[in-house]
Amino acid sequence: MLKVKDLHARIDGKEILKGINLEVKPGEVHAIMGPNGSGKSTLSMVLAGNPMYEVTSGSAEFRGKDLLAMPPEIRSHEGLFLGFQYPVEIPGVSMVNFMRAAVNARRKYFNMPPMSAADFLKLMREKRAVVELDNKLASRSVNEGFSGGEKKRNEIFQMAVLEPKLSILDETDSGLDVDALRIVAEGVNKLKTDNNATIVITHYQRLLDYIKPDIIHILYKGRIVYTAGPELALEIEKKGYDWIKEKVDAEERLKEEETK
Amino acid sequence: MIPAVAQYVELYLAHRDLIDRNSCEVMNRLRSDACRVLEEKPIPERGAEDYEHTDLPALLAPDYGINLSRVNIDVNPADTFHCDVPNLSTSLFLMINDRWSRTETSYTGLPEGVEICNFADFSQRHPDLAEKYYGKIADINNPVVALNTMLVQDGFVLYVRKGVKVEKPIQLVNILQNGMPLMALRRLLVILEEDSEARLLVCDHTQNPDTDFLTVQTIEIFAARNSVFDYYDLEESTERTNRLSSLYLRQEEGSNVLIDGITLFNGKTRNEYRTFFTGSHSSLRLLGMGIIDKKRQLENYTRVAHDVAQCNTDELFKYVVDEEASGSFTGRIYVAEGACKTEAYQSNRNLLGSDTARMFSKPQLEIYNDDVKCSHGTAIGRLDAMQMFYMRTRGLSEEEATLLLKQAFMADVIDGVRLPILRDRLRHLVECRFAGENSACNACKSHPSSPFK
Repeated sequence: MLKVKDLHARIDGKEILKGINLEVKPGEVHAIMGPNGSGKSTLSMVLAGNPMYEVTSGSAEFRGKDLLAMPPEIRSHEGLFLGFQYPVEIPGVSMVNFMRAAVNARRKYFNMPPMSAADFLKLMREKRAVVELDNKLASRSVNEGFSGGEKKRNEIFQMAVLEPKLSILDETDSGLDVDALRIVAEGVNKLKTDNNATIVITHYQRLLDYIKPDIIHILYKGRIVYTAGPELALEIEKKGYDWIKEKVDAEERLKEEETK
Repeated sequence: MIPAVAQYVELYLAHRDLIDRNSCEVMNRLRSDACRVLEEKPIPERGAEDYEHTDLPALLAPDYGINLSRVNIDVNPADTFHCDVPNLSTSLFLMINDRWSRTETSYTGLPEGVEICNFADFSQRHPDLAEKYYGKIADINNPVVALNTMLVQDGFVLYVRKGVKVEKPIQLVNILQNGMPLMALRRLLVILEEDSEARLLVCDHTQNPDTDFLTVQTIEIFAARNSVFDYYDLEESTERTNRLSSLYLRQEEGSNVLIDGITLFNGKTRNEYRTFFTGSHSSLRLLGMGIIDKKRQLENYTRVAHDVAQCNTDELFKYVVDEEASGSFTGRIYVAEGACKTEAYQSNRNLLGSDTARMFSKPQLEIYNDDVKCSHGTAIGRLDAMQMFYMRTRGLSEEEATLLLKQAFMADVIDGVRLPILRDRLRHLVECRFAGENSACNACKSHPSSPFK
């Protein structure tokens, strides 16, 4: 589904991603963990196509197509979804208008007529239930005045509406209390099928109690330095990232000395 | 005297008899004073204080025709014309160029005690009132008011008697229609007596996109004790229609007034709003919205004077400036020494859509009393990149996201409209405006019996 090869990217002239390699297959759940500043959010932004980030080399193939050549909206239409770490507030744009525009933009992409008002309302009702999102939020401006939990649930609600093939959930657990975390995680689990895939970016192991990953990657200094099964999360929880950092730093030093 | 002004002064001096004959006594009486002002006072040039971005001499320079002999443009659209801009049932009145177009049907549904007519009729029916109010708050030393006063021959009067509440919105549609360059001079007079209530929507349309027009209008609004008044001014003209508008408002004790200036399509516009409180416990909401692109220009100048205690003003002007358009806002709230417990807020926020768009903003507070709550502020910026990206990740194209964000930017000004149905209609008009459709006048042009097709 997703094949990322030697991906390098930078923002404001500073290189953040220094050769990411990643392959995600349908039905898989990947977790990307790593210490602060390792490039986790940058990776999600680059995959979703944020124009503020510049890809300097490497490739990314999504369902057989060149992901990096597509503008963000086409990536969305093709089935990529990014759940934001900090969902953006858009005062003046109501949730319902926003979702209608999103749904109809996709339908237009697939040469389908706009959805009827009745069907749209039914869809909203159905998808809201996935994350127990209050109906009242529909008439409010996008994320404006939403609590931390509501914002994250709203992300999963949008994911439910858009039915992506690949979801990247960037620190969806941050700022959530236990109940909200459970609702969000259950929402993600409900949406999981054999045909879609999820990349969960997280700092802590806690989310992975609810969303069981098949594969865990450790991102450090802009590269995936370690990949293992679900047991890795527990190890991180116990020992932190230091042992990985030390290992990678030692390797780097060695390499530097060699080149000298 | 600069040639631009001299041509109109000469025109007046040569035809003063004709002008007087076609007009009414109350208007004629002030003409020579106005003429003297134009002869003696220099016209402020671009860059002068308060005229920083309006080139008055240039706007007045073209040799516009003026309908001095009051030739009737050969249409009588009053019976067939239905402008459903607000898509609401209004009492509709028309002015073709600066000429009052007589309508009879418009009066149905209006309560006793409200009078809507032109100046000639009004000064005949109520010479005392015409005398009492005409030219009393509009400052004749203001060159635009002077030009208007010297040459104006007709206009619109709304007179609401004591205690009368006019539920049905009153709508005045100004239509510019001519094959040759034309200056339209109009005067609006609104008199609200004690405890009265009314809403007026004024729409400016231009029918000939290839003709140069200049509208010079002066508006005087008197809101007596405890009166409630909404004034909506919707400009939907053309790139070749320029406008100089001066609005004066006087509010007595306990009055509540909303002034809302909306510029959707225009050429070069300067709107002045000058308001005065004469009684306490009055409130003013002053709203403005400008959407300008191409080489359009829009300047709003506001001066709100708090001379008495315990009044409040809430002022908000928003612009979206695109392409090579240029917008400017000069706002001043003046709080006099005795005006304690004044609450006055002024805000101007602007969105620039291109590298060549320009916006100038000068928010000002002038306060001579310590016991007040006042604020002012301005912001000029671009669309938020993160908001844009967020929307695009949900599948909206850059264009769609831009459209929604621009609309959202105007949401609070639109929400300030106190007539729900007009608010909805305005939201739609703004949406169409940002989508690049000139649908604003579709209703007018597409009406099966409209003479303007």
